[in-house]
Amino acid sequence: MTDERTPTDPRPDDVNSDVVLDELTHEQREVVGLSQGQIVRKRFFRHKGAMISLLVLAVILVMAITSIGAGPIPGWYPYEHTDLIPPVDREGPTISVVPEFLGGNGLAWGDHPFGVDNQRGRDLFAMSMRGVQVSMVVILVLALLSVTLGVLIGSVAGFFGGWTDAILMRITDVFLILPLLVVVSVAAYSFGATGLWSVALALGLFSWTGLARLVRAEFLAIREREFVDAARVAGASSARIIFKHILPNTLGTIVVSTTLLMGAGILTEAALSFLGFGIQAPNVSLGSLVSDYQGSFSTRPWLFVFPGLLIISIVLCLQFIGDGLRDAFDPRQKRIPKFKDLDRRNQTDQVIAQTAPGTRP
Amino acid sequence: MIMFIARRLFASVFLLLAATFIVYILMANAGDPLAFLVDITNPTQRAAIERDVTRALNLDTPPVVRYFNWLADVLRGDFGISARTRQSVNSELASRVPLTLKLVAASTLLSITVGVIVGIVTALRQYSGFDYIVTFFTFLFFSLPVFWVAVILKDVGGIRFNDWLRDGANVPVWLMVIAAIGAAIVGYSIAGGRAPRRAGIAAASAAGMYGLLWYLSYSNWFLRPGIGLPVLIPLSVGIALAITGVFAGIRNRKALYAAGTTALIGVLSYLPLQSVFDRESMSWTTALVLLVITMIIGVGVGYAYGGFDKGLSAKVSAITGLFIALTIFVDRHMQSWQEYSENPIIRNRPIKTIGDKEARLEGSFWVLNNDLVSHLVLPTVTLMLISLAGYTRYSRASMLEVLNQEYIRTARAKGLTERTVVVRHGLRNAMIPLATIVAFDIGGVLGGAVITESVFEWNGMGRFFIDGLQNLDPNPVMASTVVVGVTAITANILADIVYSLLDPRIRIH
Repeated sequence: MTDERTPTDPRPDDVNSDVVLDELTHEQREVVGLSQGQIVRKRFFRHKGAMISLLVLAVILVMAITSIGAGPIPGWYPYEHTDLIPPVDREGPTISVVPEFLGGNGLAWGDHPFGVDNQRGRDLFAMSMRGVQVSMVVILVLALLSVTLGVLIGSVAGFFGGWTDAILMRITDVFLILPLLVVVSVAAYSFGATGLWSVALALGLFSWTGLARLVRAEFLAIREREFVDAARVAGASSARIIFKHILPNTLGTIVVSTTLLMGAGILTEAALSFLGFGIQAPNVSLGSLVSDYQGSFSTRPWLFVFPGLLIISIVLCLQFIGDGLRDAFDPRQKRIPKFKDLDRRNQTDQVIAQTAPGTRP
Repeated sequence: MIMFIARRLFASVFLLLAATFIVYILMANAGDPLAFLVDITNPTQRAAIERDVTRALNLDTPPVVRYFNWLADVLRGDFGISARTRQSVNSELASRVPLTLKLVAASTLLSITVGVIVGIVTALRQYSGFDYIVTFFTFLFFSLPVFWVAVILKDVGGIRFNDWLRDGANVPVWLMVIAAIGAAIVGYSIAGGRAPRRAGIAAASAAGMYGLLWYLSYSNWFLRPGIGLPVLIPLSVGIALAITGVFAGIRNRKALYAAGTTALIGVLSYLPLQSVFDRESMSWTTALVLLVITMIIGVGVGYAYGGFDKGLSAKVSAITGLFIALTIFVDRHMQSWQEYSENPIIRNRPIKTIGDKEARLEGSFWVLNNDLVSHLVLPTVTLMLISLAGYTRYSRASMLEVLNQEYIRTARAKGLTERTVVVRHGLRNAMIPLATIVAFDIGGVLGGAVITESVFEWNGMGRFFIDGLQNLDPNPVMASTVVVGVTAITANILADIVYSLLDPRIRIH
């Protein structure tokens, strides 16, 4: 957002003028003298849903990485997802959040927080945490691939237009008419269906189409703006105009849709594993856990419920973060001020006026 | 316009060619379709099958050549045979496409109806409690893994609900209290006016909900559902009032009288209709003819009342007729419910989780329809989860966008009633973008049908695709891809055309 000044930005020399301050609306006052990045950050931090989701997501991630460790580094949890554990008397989950006066065990962790699968001798918490790790790797690869491909194709098509645009967009259409699930399951299968990387690769290679279209639309609009002409007159190359002048202005769109894409990616990966075209044993993903234990819902529900709840929590968090980012990046976004805020603002104004005589007549 | 369609069709042919080529090559690289031969112990039989399938699928030629052979066959209308079952793919398609169509049509129609209504209400009452609750639930629905919900629904609907029916179908008190609280929140948020009035409406809706559930539970309605004349009469009056209120305003006497007359005709024809319904020859054709007659009567009544706004009266009265006809139709199904559920094949466990019908069940039109409904319920709900949230979000956003337009302010400024502003100026314009969303959603729903069909063992296109893919069988997979691709492309072209017809600002050329 480097080259742009939103219409709500007052000119800096007007900031201290009382007349102008009085005419500013509530939300204009809040952003006086801040850079675009600061405004976005401020708006994002104010979004309660996004902040809570960020916290929850961080907790899940830290838990997943520290508990069973990553690669050779061991974690604090005694079991791993491949460990064969002896059968326990009580298979059910030992985690408890119900307070004692309501008949629960209080806040407790227990030996096997998410329960045990006695038949296969596995600890569900270890498997779920491994599943979170795998799902995270998949969506990171997916995000990296689709952002690279989508931004590259979208920006080139939008910037150059003409035949380049026509050809690139027709290629995009080819990928767009086939349901993602159909193509990705065929692709993952043909790349060798058991691996984490083949699923991640297949997802990434076919998920960039939406992003490419969005980026192209933004480029079509922005390339007609005066600052692009100015850059061209100043002798900037096409690559410089694309990456230095136009791309930063499309950052909002890219960040928002990538966040939502990652959420959708987890669901697609889970669906693939469920259909048997995703990640297979001995590796586990959240989707393959749900798939493996779908038959045990009526007898041992925890085996089925916990991985599903993890999927829902992660995707829900990503959705809320995406929503918060969208609100933060949208310059047209308006927040209806609460009367409480307006009153407080008026009071501070009065205090300022009283303590600093001379600034107001 | 014709040029536009021709050009789009021309481009679509190439899109389809490219897409099928990619899938075909990927499929050819995925593995050997003859891998299942290992399980056949008899060597002569194995060799014979291998020879037949290899010849039928041209497996001895390179994939690219094979693709063009396949393409030539498809252009002649032949999708080849399945390597595994050696059945013709064409005949499989003929039996499977209608099943998927039923599923997709039911869920799409329901999601559009529910989604648009909820979206409009939340847009009109932006930032209300109801709005926040709906927003949270749309986010939640976006985040739900379809298969996870499907498995839970299978357990809750197929086992626990049926057990609950067997145990006497008594609604527990806690459920009634929760439903009443929910009704209170919705009532409070939707009602306009000041706090005391809204609180009154909230209390009334809570009491109404509690009373309704208590009555349904007390009278064993869930075991012997029905509507009957005593409920139909007040319901018809309510429908006539509501439809007039929304589309014409209660002050429009001509419209109100027209709707009332149609409602009266509907109630009066309830008993004569039963004898038509009970005939052996009752079928969907009869139902359709009756519906057309209803619409003609409705329009006729509207025009008969005359006035300068005849068209509006006709519309209001026809919509009233449609709703009352639907109620009578549903009522007749409910009358046959007990006969259906006590059938020895059903054994009082009416909610089904597997397949699309009970093969051995025999009975009247109504019993068979009940069977279809009880098989459709769970898969439809599952599929709805995918699209419902989307429709709610989009119609809310679209309505909010429209309500901020200048012409809405103009309409308000010249003193039109809120109803006219919202329904005539707002709603019509807000519905235009939905044409695009529906087309876009079709692809997603077809993808979702793959999962839903495999969980509920519904022998449609989705299962055909999955089974083909698991057996590495190219022809079924390619046939599904072609059907899905053609559907998606057709939906998109239709959406563009409908859009340009609805919105004169958009010109396609």
